[in-house]
Amino acid sequence: MTVDLSLLPDGGVSWLDASGEQADIVLSTRIRLARNLEGFAFSTRAREGERLRILAQVREAVEASASLEDSILLRIDELSSADRQLLHERHLVSKELAGLDLQHPVRSGAAVFLGDGLGVMINEEDHLRLQSLRSGFDLNAAYAALRRIDDELGGRMPFAYHEEFGFLTSCPTNTGTGMRASVLIHLPGLVLTKEISKVLAGLQQVGLTYRGLYGEGSEVLGNFFQVSNQTTLGRTEEELLEDLIRVVRLLIQREEDARRVLLRDAGYIIEDKLWRSYGALRYARSLSFEEGMTYLSNVRLALGLKLISGLSVYTLNKLLIFSQSAHLAYAEGRSPTESDANIVRARYVRQALAEEAGTTG
Amino acid sequence: MLCDNCRERDAVIYVKKIIDKGPIELNLCEKCAAEKGYETTVSAPKHSLVEFLMPAQKQLLSAAGSGDSVRCAFCSSSLKDFSSTGRLGCARCYSAFEASLRDLLRRVHGSSRHVGKSYEAPELTPAPGGSVLNELRDRLRRAVQGEQFELAAELRDRIKVIE
Repeated sequence: MTVDLSLLPDGGVSWLDASGEQADIVLSTRIRLARNLEGFAFSTRAREGERLRILAQVREAVEASASLEDSILLRIDELSSADRQLLHERHLVSKELAGLDLQHPVRSGAAVFLGDGLGVMINEEDHLRLQSLRSGFDLNAAYAALRRIDDELGGRMPFAYHEEFGFLTSCPTNTGTGMRASVLIHLPGLVLTKEISKVLAGLQQVGLTYRGLYGEGSEVLGNFFQVSNQTTLGRTEEELLEDLIRVVRLLIQREEDARRVLLRDAGYIIEDKLWRSYGALRYARSLSFEEGMTYLSNVRLALGLKLISGLSVYTLNKLLIFSQSAHLAYAEGRSPTESDANIVRARYVRQALAEEAGTTG
Repeated sequence: MLCDNCRERDAVIYVKKIIDKGPIELNLCEKCAAEKGYETTVSAPKHSLVEFLMPAQKQLLSAAGSGDSVRCAFCSSSLKDFSSTGRLGCARCYSAFEASLRDLLRRVHGSSRHVGKSYEAPELTPAPGGSVLNELRDRLRRAVQGEQFELAAELRDRIKVIE
Protein backbone atom coordinates (compact mmCIF):
# COMPACT_ATOMS: atom_id res chain seq x y z
CA MET A 1 0.00 0.00 0.00
CA THR A 2 1.30 3.47 -0.87
CA VAL A 3 -0.03 6.73 0.42
CA ASP A 4 -1.78 8.88 -2.13
CA LEU A 5 -1.85 12.21 -0.39
CA SER A 6 -4.25 13.65 -2.92
CA LEU A 7 -6.90 11.34 -1.47
CA LEU A 8 -6.79 13.10 1.88
CA PRO A 9 -9.71 15.48 2.31
CA ASP A 10 -7.42 18.52 2.37
CA GLY A 11 -4.14 16.87 1.48
CA GLY A 12 -3.78 16.83 5.25
CA VAL A 13 -2.37 20.35 5.19
CA SER A 14 -5.23 22.80 5.64
CA TRP A 15 -3.60 23.64 8.97
CA LEU A 16 -0.75 25.21 7.01
CA ASP A 17 -2.84 27.71 5.11
CA ALA A 18 -2.20 30.55 7.56
CA SER A 19 -5.89 31.46 7.61
CA GLY A 20 -6.19 31.35 11.40
CA GLU A 21 -5.86 34.07 13.99
CA GLN A 22 -2.27 35.34 14.60
CA ALA A 23 -1.06 32.92 11.94
CA ASP A 24 2.27 34.70 11.48
CA ILE A 25 3.26 33.95 15.08
CA VAL A 26 1.14 30.89 15.89
CA LEU A 27 1.65 28.34 13.14
CA SER A 28 -0.96 25.88 14.34
CA THR A 29 -3.20 24.68 17.14
CA ARG A 30 -3.50 21.04 18.03
CA ILE A 31 -5.54 19.24 20.66
CA ARG A 32 -5.63 15.54 21.28
CA LEU A 33 -7.76 13.36 23.51
CA ALA A 34 -6.49 9.98 24.69
CA ARG A 35 -9.18 7.30 24.96
CA ASN A 36 -9.16 3.55 25.53
CA LEU A 37 -11.76 0.87 25.03
CA GLU A 38 -13.11 -1.19 27.89
CA GLY A 39 -12.29 -4.87 27.78
CA PHE A 40 -8.88 -4.78 26.09
CA ALA A 41 -5.37 -4.48 27.43
CA PHE A 42 -3.73 -1.15 26.51
CA SER A 43 -1.93 -1.10 23.15
CA THR A 44 1.56 -1.77 24.47
CA ARG A 45 0.35 -4.90 26.25
CA ALA A 46 -2.37 -6.03 23.86
CA ARG A 47 -1.77 -8.94 21.54
CA GLU A 48 -2.05 -8.61 17.79
CA GLY A 49 -5.53 -10.18 17.77
CA GLU A 50 -6.78 -7.69 20.33
CA ARG A 51 -5.37 -4.74 18.40
CA LEU A 52 -7.07 -5.91 15.23
CA ARG A 53 -10.37 -6.23 17.08
CA ILE A 54 -9.90 -2.72 18.46
CA LEU A 55 -9.31 -1.47 14.93
CA ALA A 56 -12.45 -3.23 13.68
CA GLN A 57 -14.54 -1.76 16.50
CA VAL A 58 -13.24 1.77 15.98
CA ARG A 59 -13.74 1.45 12.25
CA GLU A 60 -17.39 0.60 12.73
CA ALA A 61 -17.89 3.58 15.05
CA VAL A 62 -16.02 6.00 12.77
CA GLU A 63 -18.05 4.93 9.76
CA ALA A 64 -21.22 5.86 11.63
CA SER A 65 -19.81 9.22 12.75
CA ALA A 66 -21.03 12.36 10.98
CA SER A 67 -17.92 14.41 11.83
CA LEU A 68 -15.65 11.86 10.20
CA GLU A 69 -17.90 11.11 7.26
CA ASP A 70 -15.33 11.98 4.59
CA SER A 71 -12.33 10.61 6.44
CA ILE A 72 -10.10 7.95 4.95
CA LEU A 73 -8.45 5.05 6.73
CA LEU A 74 -4.73 4.42 6.38
CA ARG A 75 -3.33 1.19 7.73
CA ILE A 76 -0.02 2.46 9.08
CA ASP A 77 1.19 -1.09 9.64
CA GLU A 78 0.97 -1.74 5.90
CA LEU A 79 2.89 1.36 4.78
CA SER A 80 6.56 1.63 3.88
CA SER A 81 8.76 3.52 6.31
CA ALA A 82 9.08 6.36 3.75
CA ASP A 83 5.30 6.80 3.69
CA ARG A 84 5.06 6.61 7.46
CA GLN A 85 7.77 9.27 7.71
CA LEU A 86 5.85 11.43 5.23
CA LEU A 87 2.70 11.33 7.36
CA HIS A 88 4.72 12.14 10.45
CA GLU A 89 6.44 15.11 8.77
CA ARG A 90 2.99 16.36 7.87
CA HIS A 91 2.06 16.19 11.58
CA LEU A 92 -0.74 13.74 10.80
CA VAL A 93 0.55 10.84 12.88
CA SER A 94 2.78 10.67 15.93
CA LYS A 95 6.27 9.25 15.84
CA GLU A 96 5.10 6.38 18.01
CA LEU A 97 2.23 5.42 15.70
CA ALA A 98 4.50 5.72 12.66
CA GLY A 99 6.95 3.35 14.37
CA LEU A 100 9.88 5.56 13.42
CA ASP A 101 11.68 4.98 16.65
CA LEU A 102 14.10 2.07 16.19
CA GLN A 103 13.27 0.72 19.63
CA HIS A 104 9.56 0.77 18.89
CA PRO A 105 8.80 -0.57 15.43
CA VAL A 106 5.34 -0.07 13.97
CA ARG A 107 2.63 -2.00 15.83
CA SER A 108 0.31 -4.37 14.01
CA GLY A 109 -3.13 -2.80 13.85
CA ALA A 110 -1.67 0.73 13.85
CA ALA A 111 -3.95 2.88 11.72
CA VAL A 112 -5.27 6.40 11.32
CA PHE A 113 -8.50 7.94 10.10
CA LEU A 114 -7.85 11.32 8.51
CA GLY A 115 -10.59 13.86 7.96
CA ASP A 116 -10.55 17.58 7.33
CA GLY A 117 -8.33 18.87 10.13
CA LEU A 118 -9.35 15.89 12.24
CA GLY A 119 -7.78 12.54 12.86
CA VAL A 120 -8.17 9.39 14.89
CA MET A 121 -5.01 7.41 15.56
CA ILE A 122 -5.65 3.79 16.47
CA ASN A 123 -3.41 1.54 18.52
CA GLU A 124 -1.11 4.36 19.43
CA GLU A 125 0.08 4.36 23.05
CA ASP A 126 -3.65 4.54 23.80
CA HIS A 127 -6.26 2.71 21.74
CA LEU A 128 -7.51 6.01 20.39
CA ARG A 129 -5.90 9.39 20.03
CA LEU A 130 -8.45 11.82 18.67
CA GLN A 131 -6.86 14.92 17.26
CA SER A 132 -7.81 18.25 15.84
CA LEU A 133 -5.29 20.35 13.97
CA ARG A 134 -6.01 23.90 12.81
CA SER A 135 -4.27 26.88 11.34
CA GLY A 136 -3.25 29.70 13.68
CA PHE A 137 -4.38 30.26 17.25
CA ASP A 138 -7.76 28.55 17.48
CA LEU A 139 -8.06 26.46 20.63
CA ASN A 140 -11.79 26.81 21.24
CA ALA A 141 -12.81 25.77 17.73
CA ALA A 142 -10.33 22.89 17.80
CA TYR A 143 -11.81 21.63 21.05
CA ALA A 144 -15.41 22.01 19.87
CA ALA A 145 -14.67 19.83 16.84
CA LEU A 146 -12.90 17.26 18.97
CA ARG A 147 -15.64 17.11 21.54
CA ARG A 148 -18.12 16.22 18.83
CA ILE A 149 -16.03 13.26 17.68
CA ASP A 150 -15.50 12.22 21.28
CA ASP A 151 -19.28 12.21 21.86
CA GLU A 152 -19.97 10.35 18.64
CA LEU A 153 -17.38 7.64 19.18
CA GLY A 154 -17.89 7.39 22.94
CA GLY A 155 -21.60 6.85 22.33
CA ARG A 156 -20.87 3.83 20.20
CA MET A 157 -18.00 2.19 22.06
CA PRO A 158 -17.43 1.90 25.80
CA PHE A 159 -14.47 4.07 26.75
CA ALA A 160 -12.47 3.16 29.84
CA TYR A 161 -13.63 5.63 32.49
CA HIS A 162 -13.30 5.74 36.25
CA GLU A 163 -15.61 7.76 38.50
CA GLU A 164 -12.74 9.33 40.42
CA PHE A 165 -9.85 9.32 37.92
CA GLY A 166 -11.76 10.11 34.72
CA PHE A 167 -10.65 8.75 31.37
CA LEU A 168 -8.07 6.01 31.89
CA THR A 169 -4.90 6.08 29.85
CA SER A 170 -1.85 3.93 29.38
CA CYS A 171 0.39 6.56 30.97
CA PRO A 172 -0.92 8.22 34.16
CA THR A 173 0.38 11.59 32.95
CA ASN A 174 -2.65 11.67 30.58
CA THR A 175 -5.30 10.36 32.96
CA GLY A 176 -8.42 12.43 33.65
CA THR A 177 -9.35 14.56 30.67
CA GLY A 178 -6.82 12.76 28.44
CA MET A 179 -6.40 16.16 26.82
CA ARG A 180 -3.21 17.72 25.58
CA ALA A 181 -3.84 21.10 23.98
CA SER A 182 -0.96 22.83 22.26
CA VAL A 183 0.02 25.67 19.99
CA LEU A 184 3.07 25.80 17.79
CA ILE A 185 4.40 29.29 18.34
CA HIS A 186 7.28 31.11 16.66
CA LEU A 187 9.32 33.17 19.14
CA PRO A 188 12.44 34.47 17.36
CA GLY A 189 12.21 37.89 19.02
CA LEU A 190 12.39 36.40 22.49
CA VAL A 191 15.26 34.15 21.41
CA LEU A 192 17.24 37.04 19.89
CA THR A 193 16.71 39.26 22.93
CA LYS A 194 17.72 36.27 25.11
CA GLU A 195 14.53 36.53 27.12
CA ILE A 196 13.35 33.12 26.08
CA SER A 197 14.80 31.08 28.97
CA LYS A 198 13.03 33.31 31.49
CA VAL A 199 9.79 32.96 29.58
CA LEU A 200 10.09 29.18 29.28
CA ALA A 201 10.90 28.80 32.97
CA GLY A 202 7.78 30.84 33.70
CA LEU A 203 5.64 28.42 31.70
CA GLN A 204 6.32 25.60 34.10
CA GLN A 205 5.19 27.66 37.03
CA VAL A 206 1.75 28.00 35.50
CA GLY A 207 1.32 24.30 34.73
CA LEU A 208 2.39 24.48 31.08
CA THR A 209 5.28 22.91 29.28
CA TYR A 210 7.02 23.24 25.91
CA ARG A 211 8.47 20.90 23.36
CA GLY A 212 10.03 21.05 19.92
CA LEU A 213 8.49 21.07 16.48
CA TYR A 214 7.39 17.45 16.64
CA GLY A 215 6.20 17.22 20.22
CA GLU A 216 7.56 15.01 22.94
CA GLY A 217 11.26 14.29 22.67
CA SER A 218 11.80 16.50 19.62
CA GLU A 219 14.23 19.37 19.51
CA VAL A 220 13.41 23.01 19.12
CA LEU A 221 14.13 24.05 15.54
CA GLY A 222 13.65 27.37 13.82
CA ASN A 223 12.51 29.00 17.08
CA PHE A 224 9.25 27.06 17.04
CA PHE A 225 7.99 26.03 20.46
CA GLN A 226 5.08 23.73 21.08
CA VAL A 227 3.45 25.04 24.24
CA SER A 228 0.93 22.79 25.98
CA ASN A 229 -0.79 21.95 29.25
CA GLN A 230 1.26 19.75 31.55
CA THR A 231 -1.45 18.28 33.77
CA THR A 232 -4.66 16.60 32.68
CA LEU A 233 -6.42 15.92 35.96
CA GLY A 234 -8.17 18.05 38.57
CA ARG A 235 -9.27 20.78 36.16
CA THR A 236 -11.93 20.88 33.50
CA GLU A 237 -11.08 20.91 29.81
CA GLU A 238 -12.36 24.48 29.63
CA GLU A 239 -10.17 25.62 32.52
CA LEU A 240 -7.11 23.99 30.98
CA LEU A 241 -7.86 25.68 27.66
CA GLU A 242 -8.47 29.08 29.28
CA ASP A 243 -5.10 28.92 31.03
CA LEU A 244 -3.34 28.05 27.81
CA ILE A 245 -5.15 30.78 25.86
CA ARG A 246 -4.26 33.38 28.47
CA VAL A 247 -0.60 32.43 28.47
CA VAL A 248 -0.34 32.22 24.69
CA ARG A 249 -1.82 35.72 24.40
CA LEU A 250 0.82 36.88 26.85
CA LEU A 251 3.55 35.11 24.87
CA ILE A 252 2.40 36.80 21.67
CA GLN A 253 2.49 40.15 23.41
CA ARG A 254 5.98 39.53 24.82
CA GLU A 255 7.17 38.42 21.40
CA GLU A 256 5.78 41.55 19.77
CA ASP A 257 7.46 43.71 22.44
CA ALA A 258 10.77 41.93 21.84
CA ARG A 259 10.46 42.52 18.09
CA ARG A 260 9.89 46.24 18.68
CA VAL A 261 12.97 46.39 20.89
CA LEU A 262 15.04 44.64 18.23
CA LEU A 263 13.97 47.04 15.53
CA ARG A 264 14.53 50.05 17.75
CA ASP A 265 17.93 49.07 19.17
CA ALA A 266 19.46 47.05 16.39
CA GLY A 267 17.45 47.94 13.34
CA TYR A 268 19.99 47.65 10.57
CA ILE A 269 21.81 44.66 12.13
CA ILE A 270 18.57 42.74 12.27
CA GLU A 271 17.53 43.88 8.85
CA ASP A 272 20.84 42.76 7.40
CA LYS A 273 20.70 39.38 9.15
CA LEU A 274 17.19 38.66 7.94
CA TRP A 275 17.81 39.72 4.34
CA ARG A 276 20.93 37.56 4.24
CA SER A 277 18.77 34.60 5.28
CA TYR A 278 16.35 35.39 2.49
CA GLY A 279 19.29 35.59 0.10
CA ALA A 280 20.54 32.20 1.23
CA LEU A 281 17.14 30.60 0.69
CA ARG A 282 16.76 32.26 -2.72
CA TYR A 283 20.19 31.29 -4.03
CA ALA A 284 21.80 28.49 -1.99
CA ARG A 285 22.73 25.37 -3.95
CA SER A 286 22.85 23.06 -0.94
CA LEU A 287 20.76 23.39 2.19
CA SER A 288 20.55 21.12 5.23
CA PHE A 289 17.18 20.87 6.97
CA GLU A 290 18.46 22.57 10.14
CA GLU A 291 20.05 25.39 8.15
CA GLY A 292 16.85 25.81 6.16
CA MET A 293 14.83 26.00 9.37
CA THR A 294 17.04 28.77 10.72
CA TYR A 295 16.72 30.83 7.54
CA LEU A 296 12.99 30.20 7.30
CA SER A 297 12.64 31.40 10.88
CA ASN A 298 14.53 34.59 10.02
CA VAL A 299 12.49 35.23 6.90
CA ARG A 300 9.29 34.63 8.84
CA LEU A 301 10.45 37.24 11.35
CA ALA A 302 11.29 39.65 8.51
CA LEU A 303 7.77 39.20 7.19
CA GLY A 304 6.32 39.86 10.66
CA LEU A 305 8.43 43.02 10.92
CA LYS A 306 7.23 44.05 7.45
CA LEU A 307 10.81 44.24 6.20
CA ILE A 308 10.00 41.86 3.36
CA SER A 309 6.86 41.93 1.29
CA GLY A 310 5.44 39.91 -1.56
CA LEU A 311 5.85 36.68 0.35
CA SER A 312 3.07 34.81 2.11
CA VAL A 313 3.12 33.07 5.47
CA TYR A 314 1.48 30.12 3.70
CA THR A 315 4.50 29.71 1.44
CA LEU A 316 6.84 29.74 4.43
CA ASN A 317 4.65 27.18 6.21
CA LYS A 318 4.70 24.91 3.19
CA LEU A 319 8.47 25.19 2.89
CA LEU A 320 8.80 24.21 6.53
CA ILE A 321 6.98 20.93 5.96
CA PHE A 322 7.73 20.15 2.31
CA SER A 323 11.48 20.65 2.59
CA GLN A 324 11.84 17.68 4.93
CA SER A 325 13.47 14.47 3.70
CA ALA A 326 10.43 12.27 3.17
CA HIS A 327 8.59 15.07 1.36
CA LEU A 328 11.54 15.72 -0.95
CA ALA A 329 11.75 11.99 -1.66
CA TYR A 330 8.01 11.89 -2.38
CA ALA A 331 8.24 14.83 -4.77
CA GLU A 332 11.31 13.39 -6.48
CA GLY A 333 9.92 9.89 -6.66
CA ARG A 334 13.09 8.49 -5.13
CA SER A 335 15.05 8.64 -1.88
CA PRO A 336 18.07 10.91 -2.30
CA THR A 337 21.19 10.41 -0.17
CA GLU A 338 21.79 13.03 2.49
CA SER A 339 24.14 15.27 0.49
CA ASP A 340 21.89 14.82 -2.50
CA ALA A 341 18.90 15.72 -0.34
CA ASN A 342 20.56 19.03 0.56
CA ILE A 343 20.89 19.84 -3.14
CA VAL A 344 17.29 18.80 -3.85
CA ARG A 345 16.09 20.84 -0.87
CA ALA A 346 17.96 23.97 -1.99
CA ARG A 347 16.47 23.63 -5.48
CA TYR A 348 12.95 23.13 -4.12
CA VAL A 349 13.22 26.18 -1.86
CA ARG A 350 14.75 28.33 -4.63
CA GLN A 351 11.97 27.48 -7.02
CA ALA A 352 9.21 28.09 -4.49
CA LEU A 353 10.59 31.51 -3.57
CA ALA A 354 11.26 32.45 -7.17
CA GLU A 355 7.68 31.58 -8.10
CA GLU A 356 6.42 33.67 -5.20
CA ALA A 357 8.59 36.60 -6.29
CA GLY A 358 7.20 36.23 -9.81
CA THR A 359 10.53 35.47 -11.42
CA THR A 360 12.10 32.28 -12.63
CA GLY A 361 15.27 30.77 -11.46
CA MET B 1 51.54 9.51 22.97
CA LEU B 2 51.20 7.61 26.23
CA CYS B 3 49.90 9.07 29.44
CA ASP B 4 52.70 10.50 31.62
CA ASN B 5 51.04 9.12 34.70
CA CYS B 6 50.05 5.52 33.99
CA ARG B 7 52.09 4.94 30.83
CA GLU B 8 49.36 2.58 29.67
CA ARG B 9 46.69 4.52 27.88
CA ASP B 10 46.84 7.18 25.19
CA ALA B 11 47.15 10.72 26.45
CA VAL B 12 44.17 12.82 25.48
CA ILE B 13 44.63 15.93 27.58
CA TYR B 14 47.53 18.33 27.84
CA VAL B 15 47.97 20.12 31.14
CA LYS B 16 50.35 22.99 31.82
CA LYS B 17 50.63 23.90 35.46
CA ILE B 18 52.61 26.73 37.01
CA ILE B 19 54.08 25.80 40.36
CA ASP B 20 56.79 27.48 42.45
CA LYS B 21 59.58 25.76 40.56
CA GLY B 22 58.19 26.86 37.25
CA PRO B 23 55.83 25.34 34.71
CA ILE B 24 55.31 21.59 34.43
CA GLU B 25 53.71 19.94 31.48
CA LEU B 26 51.74 16.74 31.58
CA ASN B 27 50.08 14.61 28.96
CA LEU B 28 47.37 12.56 30.61
CA CYS B 29 44.87 9.91 29.64
CA GLU B 30 41.24 10.53 30.37
CA LYS B 31 41.16 8.34 33.46
CA CYS B 32 44.26 9.82 35.11
CA ALA B 33 43.11 13.34 34.24
CA ALA B 34 39.81 12.67 35.92
CA GLU B 35 41.55 11.21 38.97
CA LYS B 36 43.70 14.31 39.26
CA GLY B 37 40.62 16.46 39.05
CA TYR B 38 41.01 17.84 35.52
CA GLU B 39 37.86 18.12 33.55
CA THR B 40 37.96 16.54 30.13
CA THR B 41 35.57 17.24 27.37
CA VAL B 42 36.41 14.02 25.59
CA SER B 43 33.89 11.76 27.15
CA ALA B 44 32.77 12.98 30.49
CA PRO B 45 30.58 10.41 32.18
CA LYS B 46 27.34 10.75 30.35
CA HIS B 47 23.95 10.14 31.81
CA SER B 48 21.65 9.31 29.01
CA LEU B 49 19.43 12.20 28.12
CA VAL B 50 16.41 10.01 28.61
CA GLU B 51 17.50 9.24 32.12
CA PHE B 52 18.23 12.87 32.80
CA LEU B 53 14.89 14.00 31.52
CA MET B 54 13.08 11.07 33.03
CA PRO B 55 9.55 12.29 33.44
CA ALA B 56 8.30 12.97 36.89
CA GLN B 57 6.06 9.97 36.91
CA LYS B 58 8.98 7.56 36.59
CA GLN B 59 10.77 8.95 39.60
CA LEU B 60 7.61 8.79 41.60
CA LEU B 61 7.05 5.18 40.80
CA SER B 62 9.69 4.04 43.21
CA ALA B 63 7.79 5.88 45.87
CA ALA B 64 4.57 4.24 44.76
CA GLY B 65 6.08 0.85 45.48
CA SER B 66 7.59 -1.49 42.97
CA GLY B 67 6.67 -4.95 44.13
CA ASP B 68 5.37 -7.55 41.76
CA SER B 69 3.42 -9.44 44.39
CA VAL B 70 0.12 -7.83 43.41
CA ARG B 71 -0.96 -8.39 39.82
CA CYS B 72 -3.84 -6.97 37.85
CA ALA B 73 -6.48 -9.69 37.43
CA PHE B 74 -7.22 -8.64 33.87
CA CYS B 75 -3.82 -8.18 32.24
CA SER B 76 -1.58 -9.68 34.96
CA SER B 77 0.77 -6.66 35.01
CA SER B 78 2.42 -5.78 38.28
CA LEU B 79 3.52 -2.44 39.67
CA LYS B 80 7.04 -3.53 38.87
CA ASP B 81 6.12 -3.81 35.19
CA PHE B 82 4.71 -0.32 35.44
CA SER B 83 7.85 1.14 36.98
CA SER B 84 10.03 -0.37 34.29
CA THR B 85 7.89 0.72 31.33
CA GLY B 86 6.05 3.75 32.71
CA ARG B 87 2.89 2.34 31.10
CA LEU B 88 -0.02 0.54 32.72
CA GLY B 89 -1.25 -2.72 31.22
CA CYS B 90 -4.97 -2.03 31.05
CA ALA B 91 -7.79 0.07 32.47
CA ARG B 92 -8.34 -2.40 35.32
CA CYS B 93 -4.83 -1.70 36.59
CA TYR B 94 -6.27 1.54 37.96
CA SER B 95 -8.45 -0.50 40.32
CA ALA B 96 -5.82 -3.14 41.03
CA PHE B 97 -3.27 -0.55 42.15
CA GLU B 98 -5.74 2.11 43.18
CA ALA B 99 -4.02 3.40 46.31
CA SER B 100 -0.57 3.66 44.70
CA LEU B 101 -1.99 5.28 41.61
CA ARG B 102 -4.07 7.77 43.54
CA ASP B 103 -0.90 8.83 45.29
CA LEU B 104 0.98 9.03 42.01
CA LEU B 105 -1.76 11.00 40.25
CA ARG B 106 -1.83 13.50 43.09
CA ARG B 107 1.88 14.08 42.78
CA VAL B 108 1.85 14.35 39.00
CA HIS B 109 -1.31 16.42 38.59
CA GLY B 110 -1.82 17.92 42.03
CA SER B 111 -5.15 16.10 42.22
CA SER B 112 -6.63 12.69 41.66
CA ARG B 113 -10.19 13.82 41.10
CA HIS B 114 -11.41 14.21 37.56
CA VAL B 115 -13.65 17.25 37.24
CA GLY B 116 -13.76 17.46 33.47
CA LYS B 117 -16.18 15.94 31.02
CA SER B 118 -18.17 13.15 32.61
CA TYR B 119 -18.91 10.03 30.69
CA GLU B 120 -21.27 7.13 30.72
CA ALA B 121 -20.47 4.16 28.55
CA PRO B 122 -23.22 3.29 26.11
CA GLU B 123 -25.53 0.44 27.08
CA LEU B 124 -24.84 -1.77 24.16
CA THR B 125 -25.80 -5.39 24.08
CA PRO B 126 -24.29 -7.73 23.63
CA ALA B 127 -21.11 -6.51 21.96
CA PRO B 128 -19.11 -4.79 24.75
CA GLY B 129 -20.05 -7.25 27.50
CA GLY B 130 -19.46 -9.99 25.00
CA SER B 131 -16.02 -8.78 24.13
CA VAL B 132 -15.01 -8.50 27.79
CA LEU B 133 -16.33 -11.99 28.35
CA ASN B 134 -14.53 -13.41 25.34
CA GLU B 135 -11.36 -11.75 26.48
CA LEU B 136 -11.68 -13.25 29.94
CA ARG B 137 -12.39 -16.71 28.55
CA ASP B 138 -9.40 -16.38 26.31
CA ARG B 139 -7.25 -15.41 29.27
CA LEU B 140 -8.66 -18.23 31.37
CA ARG B 141 -7.72 -20.72 28.68
CA ARG B 142 -4.19 -19.35 28.57
CA ALA B 143 -3.90 -19.31 32.37
CA VAL B 144 -4.90 -22.97 32.54
CA GLN B 145 -2.46 -23.83 29.77
CA GLY B 146 0.28 -21.99 31.62
CA GLU B 147 -0.72 -23.72 34.86
CA GLN B 148 -1.35 -20.36 36.52
CA PHE B 149 -4.13 -21.84 38.63
CA GLU B 150 -4.47 -19.00 41.07
CA LEU B 151 -5.02 -16.57 38.21
CA ALA B 152 -7.34 -19.08 36.51
CA ALA B 153 -9.50 -19.29 39.62
CA GLU B 154 -9.72 -15.53 39.75
CA LEU B 155 -10.65 -15.31 36.08
CA ARG B 156 -13.28 -17.99 36.52
CA ASP B 157 -14.84 -15.94 39.31
CA ARG B 158 -14.83 -12.82 37.17
CA ILE B 159 -16.50 -14.64 34.32
CA LYS B 160 -19.19 -15.88 36.69
CA VAL B 161 -19.88 -12.33 37.85
CA ILE B 162 -20.35 -11.09 34.30
CA GLU B 163 -22.39 -14.12 33.17
